[in-house]
Amino acid sequence: MLRRQLLAAVAAISGSAALPAIGRAQGAPIPVGAIEILSGPNAAYGVAIKGGLELALDEINKKGVLGGRKIALTVEDSAASKDQAINAARKLIGRDHVVTIIGPTLSNEMFAVGPVVNERKIPIIGTSTTAAGITDIGPYVFRTSLPESDVVPVTFKKAQSRGAKTIALIYANDDAFSKSGFDVMKASADKLGLTILTIETFGSKDTDFSAQLTKIKGLKPDAVGISALVEPVSGVLLQARQLGFGKETQFIGGNGANSPKLGVIAGAAADGLLVGSPWFIGKPDAVNQAFVTAFKAKTGTEPDQFAAQAYDCMFIVAAAIDRAGAAEPDKITPALLKTNYTGVMGPFTFTDHRDPASTEGVVVLKMQGGKFVIAK
Amino acid sequence: MLAQQLTNGILLGATYALFALGFTLMFGVLRVINLTYGFYFSAGAFIALFATRAAGMPIWAALPLAAIGAGVIAMLIDRLLLSRLNRARNPELASLMVTLGGVLALYSAATAILGSDIRRLPPELIGAEALLIGGVRITMAQILILIATIVLVSGLILLLRGTRLGLAIRAMAERPDAAGLMGIDTRRLASLVSFLSGALAGAAGVLIGLNFNAIQPYMGEEMMLRGFVVVIVGGLGDVRGAVIAGLLLGVIEVATAGYLASGLKDAVGFCLLVAVLWTRPSGLFGRSAVRRA
Repeated sequence: MLRRQLLAAVAAISGSAALPAIGRAQGAPIPVGAIEILSGPNAAYGVAIKGGLELALDEINKKGVLGGRKIALTVEDSAASKDQAINAARKLIGRDHVVTIIGPTLSNEMFAVGPVVNERKIPIIGTSTTAAGITDIGPYVFRTSLPESDVVPVTFKKAQSRGAKTIALIYANDDAFSKSGFDVMKASADKLGLTILTIETFGSKDTDFSAQLTKIKGLKPDAVGISALVEPVSGVLLQARQLGFGKETQFIGGNGANSPKLGVIAGAAADGLLVGSPWFIGKPDAVNQAFVTAFKAKTGTEPDQFAAQAYDCMFIVAAAIDRAGAAEPDKITPALLKTNYTGVMGPFTFTDHRDPASTEGVVVLKMQGGKFVIAK
Repeated sequence: MLAQQLTNGILLGATYALFALGFTLMFGVLRVINLTYGFYFSAGAFIALFATRAAGMPIWAALPLAAIGAGVIAMLIDRLLLSRLNRARNPELASLMVTLGGVLALYSAATAILGSDIRRLPPELIGAEALLIGGVRITMAQILILIATIVLVSGLILLLRGTRLGLAIRAMAERPDAAGLMGIDTRRLASLVSFLSGALAGAAGVLIGLNFNAIQPYMGEEMMLRGFVVVIVGGLGDVRGAVIAGLLLGVIEVATAGYLASGLKDAVGFCLLVAVLWTRPSGLFGRSAVRRA
C-alpha cells in the first residue's frame, strides 16, 4: 500500500511538478517550441517562418529575457500533416516542457493542434493561420496573422479614396479559398457603400472569361474585384485588356493576387491592380529595412510575409515572458494579451479574443511594370 | 455588347472545334476512345513554348514544328499503347482503360519535369493588342484561330473526300478487316491517322495557348471534357459536325454567362449534351461522315 502511494507520488512529481521546476531554474534557457512545415511541397512557408523566428531569436538572446536568461527555441516539422503536428506538440510539451508554442503553419493544422495545446493550458500562437474561427478553439489560442477579412476592407477603402463608387465582383465559385475571399469582398463593398453592379463567377480551371468580362464592361463599373488564385486572376486581367478595359477601371485583387507570379504571368496587363498585404518588403521604415538586410545576410534569401510575421511574433513572445516575470505558461498567457509592440508589420496589439486588433500595418500595393510598389 | 458577345461565343466555339478535330478523326477512324489526345494538345503548346522562348523562332515556324512534333509523339504513343488492342473483341472499352492509365502517367511525368506553373508564349509573338472592327474587339490570336479552323477543316474534308488516301481512311473506318483484304496497309494507315490527329492537337495547343495564355501540362486534360461533348454531339468522326457542335457549345456558353448567369454556364452546356443524346443518340447529324462513303 505504502509502496503504491510512494510510486504514485514519484510519478506525479516527475510528471508535472519536478520538470517545469528545472525550466524555472535561475539562468537556464527558457524552452519555446515551434511547429512548422519544414518538408514536403509546402516547406517554403515553414522554412521562411523558421528563418524569421531564428533571426529574431539571435537579437533577443543578445540581451536575454527575465534579466539575462536565453530563450531556447525547438522547431519541429509537421510536414503539413495534422497527425505529425499533434505529435510534435505532444513532444514539445512532454519532453521539452515548452512554455509557449509558435505555429503551426496552416489553419487546418491549427484546428487539429490547437485543442490539444489549449487543454494543457499552454499558449499557442499562429503566425500564418488566417482562417475564420482559429481563436474560437480556446482561451490559450492566439494568432498574429491578419485574416483576409481585415486586409480586403483596407484595399477597398483605398480604391474608394481614388474615386470608385461602383464595383463589379468576379470570383472562382468552385474553390473554398476564392469563395471566402469573395464573401469578404462583398461584405466590404456593402460596408463602404460601394454599389455592386454585378457578381460574376467562373471555374478555377477556366481559361475563357470573355462573356463575363464583356458583361461587366457593358455596366461600366469604376472598379472590378477579383477573388481567385493567382493563375485565373492573371487570365482575367489578360483577357480584360484584350476586351478593352483601360486605366479608367480600377482592378482589385484578393489575397490570391498577392503573389509575384502575377507580374510574371500577366505582365503589363496587371498594371494598376491594387492588392492589400499585411507586409511588404519595400516598406521604407528603418525597422523593416534593418530586418530585410539582416534576413538576407543570415539566410541568403529575401524575406517574405511569413518570415516577417514570424519575426515579429518571436519578439512578442519574448516581451510577454519578460512582462510575465516568470517562465510559466499561466503567467505568459495574460501577459500576451497586454502586448503592445511595434515591429516590421506595424503596431500590434491583441483583441480580447486574441486576434490582431489593428489593421494599421496593412499596406496597399499596386502593380507597376510587373512588380508591386506601395500604392500612393 | 451583343455583337461582342456573339464574337466571344464564336471564338470560344472555334477553339472547341479546333481542339475536337483530331479527336473526332481518331475516334471515327480508329474507333478507339483515345484519352491521350489531350496530352498531344499540351505537348504541342510546350514545343512551341520552347521553340519561341529558347530558340527564338517566329510563330509561323513554331506552329508547324509543334504540329509535327505532337504528331510524331502521338504516333509513337498510340503504337505503344494501342497496337496490341487492335485484335481485341471490344477495343472501345479496353482502349479507354489503357489510354486513361497512359495519359495520367504522361501528365504526371510532364508535370514532374516541366513543373505545374502556368506559362505563356512570348506576348510579342503576334501582338496582344486587340483590333477594333465595327465596335467588336478581336485579337490577332483569335483571328489566327478562326483562320486555322477554317483551313484545317477544309483541308481535312478535302483529304477525306478528294484523295485516294482519304478513300483508304474512310474504307478503314467502315470495315477495317475488309479494307485490309482490299490491299490497304491498315497498320501504316492507323499510324498515319494517329500522326494527323496528334498534329491537329498540337496545332490547336499552340493557337489556344496563344489566345488564353495558360500553358501548363494539364491544359489538355481541361479541354477533354468539352472535346468529348463536341465529338459526341457532332457525331463520332464527323468533321463538319464537330465544327458545328463546337460553335454551338461556345455560343450557348457565352450567351448563358453573358445574359443569364455565369454560374449556369456549364450546366446549360452539358444539358445540351444530354438533350442531343436523348433525341439523336448518334449525334446531331446522324451517321459519321468519315464512315459514310
